Amino acid sequence: MTGSAPPLLEVRGLRKTYGDRVVLDGLDLAVDTHEVVCLIGASGSGKSTLLRCVNLLESVDDGRVLLDGREVTDPTVDPRDVRRDIGVVFQAYNLFPHLTALDNCTLAPVRVHGVPRSEAVDRARGLLDRFGLAAQADVHPDRLSGGQQQRVALVRALCTQPRLLLLDEITAALDPELVGDVLELVRAEAEAGMTMLLATHEMAFAREVASRVAYLHQGRVLEIGPPAQVLGDPTEEATRRFLRRVLPERPPGAPA
Amino acid sequence: MTTIPPGAKAPAWTPSEHEVARRAVRRRLRRRGVLVAGVATVVGLGLLVALVVLSPGWQRVQETFLSPYHARQALPSIAEGFLLNVAMFMVAEPLILVLGTLVAVVRGTTSPWLTPLRLLAVAYVDLFRGLPTLLVVFLFAFGIPALQLQGVTTSLFWLATAALVLCYGAYVAEVIRAGIDSVHPSQVASARSLALSQSQVMRFVVLPQAGRRVVPPLMNDFVSLQKDTALVASVGVFEALFAAQDYGNYNFNYTPLLVAGLFFVALTIPLARVTDALGRRVAERERGGR
Repeated sequence: MTGSAPPLLEVRGLRKTYGDRVVLDGLDLAVDTHEVVCLIGASGSGKSTLLRCVNLLESVDDGRVLLDGREVTDPTVDPRDVRRDIGVVFQAYNLFPHLTALDNCTLAPVRVHGVPRSEAVDRARGLLDRFGLAAQADVHPDRLSGGQQQRVALVRALCTQPRLLLLDEITAALDPELVGDVLELVRAEAEAGMTMLLATHEMAFAREVASRVAYLHQGRVLEIGPPAQVLGDPTEEATRRFLRRVLPERPPGAPA
Repeated sequence: MTTIPPGAKAPAWTPSEHEVARRAVRRRLRRRGVLVAGVATVVGLGLLVALVVLSPGWQRVQETFLSPYHARQALPSIAEGFLLNVAMFMVAEPLILVLGTLVAVVRGTTSPWLTPLRLLAVAYVDLFRGLPTLLVVFLFAFGIPALQLQGVTTSLFWLATAALVLCYGAYVAEVIRAGIDSVHPSQVASARSLALSQSQVMRFVVLPQAGRRVVPPLMNDFVSLQKDTALVASVGVFEALFAAQDYGNYNFNYTPLLVAGLFFVALTIPLARVTDALGRRVAERERGGR
């Protein structure tokens, strides 16, 4: 964090519980504009919950979330105002099965953002085309492959021109050979300067696109820093243990 | 915010000042919501009541429809008649559910052997959904005894109940079919992959999910049935509405009709609340908010 401007997204002391289970326990995190922050950690470490708290799908039990320095966890804030500026892609795609790919993508621009239909359609077709989905624009989601569905979901999130993109393990449900297509799009968006907070299992991808990697452990950010440091030379023992479990075996003879 | 050494038991959490303030705001917002709801309700209903009470004929209406004396006088015979309505739909509802489910399932089968059954199911639904219920009640109550069949009841109660079952079975079959269609094909695929048979897929995977979704429209049909048990008044079964009309015709007062109406409403409202509560419980258990 440098300069006087507040970070685009700031999370301070966030706490979230489900019944007796404490999922987030005083979590702090800041994401600057144009930054790509990858959240890693074991399942249940709170990655998804954090993302859901940021776009106010979950109410928080303590702490605060700030966008541009404005607290959005204030109960008087209209969640829709917050969500207008945030794009979300879910692990299970969550496309609307009763709408075609194109209509999935134009729903929010037309109904929420007041974009004229023809303009929204042009923009959506342009993006679908760029992402290799031109032929699928008028097809319903259930007829698409997982990789295609997830790319449509990405386009849907981008069509509202969000300032922040939240990606929740978007490749976790995909075949390995489809993962590449989806991540290619994310990489392109990152290079175009999109601010992103993403939960991922793809360590190689995190290493490549992340500005910083945050390791979540017991509801907090245990370690955060450039990917080379967190993934290559972590300072915390818990991080090291986690990485040993998820990273592929080192080839024999490689330095330990 | 204190740091907890790894492995140590976390100290009891106390909300921060910020959170305490936020909770106060949430409480205030909730209170304001309750206030708005209260004022809106009182004003809205007040206007409606005023409209009725201030109308020129109110005095007259009060005498013919709202006479406490006649209400008391007619109450015992209406209550007695109402027991018949209750008996009728208590018998009819389970039968309708079974008939409707059977017809819906039959319509969804694909085996060529079952083609005649499928045709029958389609014809049944088309016919009985289209016929006025009153007509079917007449046909059953007067037509079947006229056939003078051996061993078939001539009890108007049972004949009228059978008519209601057939009419409502057709509606309910369509409701359940819609529920079956709403279950995503992936559910069938995963059940089939577990080597479940066609009928097992239906019984253990599709119908339970469909059933949950169709509870609200099913309630609609059952409430409607409860009211339609009053149709059998027209063939001379002495149920609540018939008792009320009977009293009204002798005493030139319509209050008993209102009393009979209250009986029906008193039964359906708690039923609706109970089903809502049950549905909520299932939803909470299965959905987990995600």
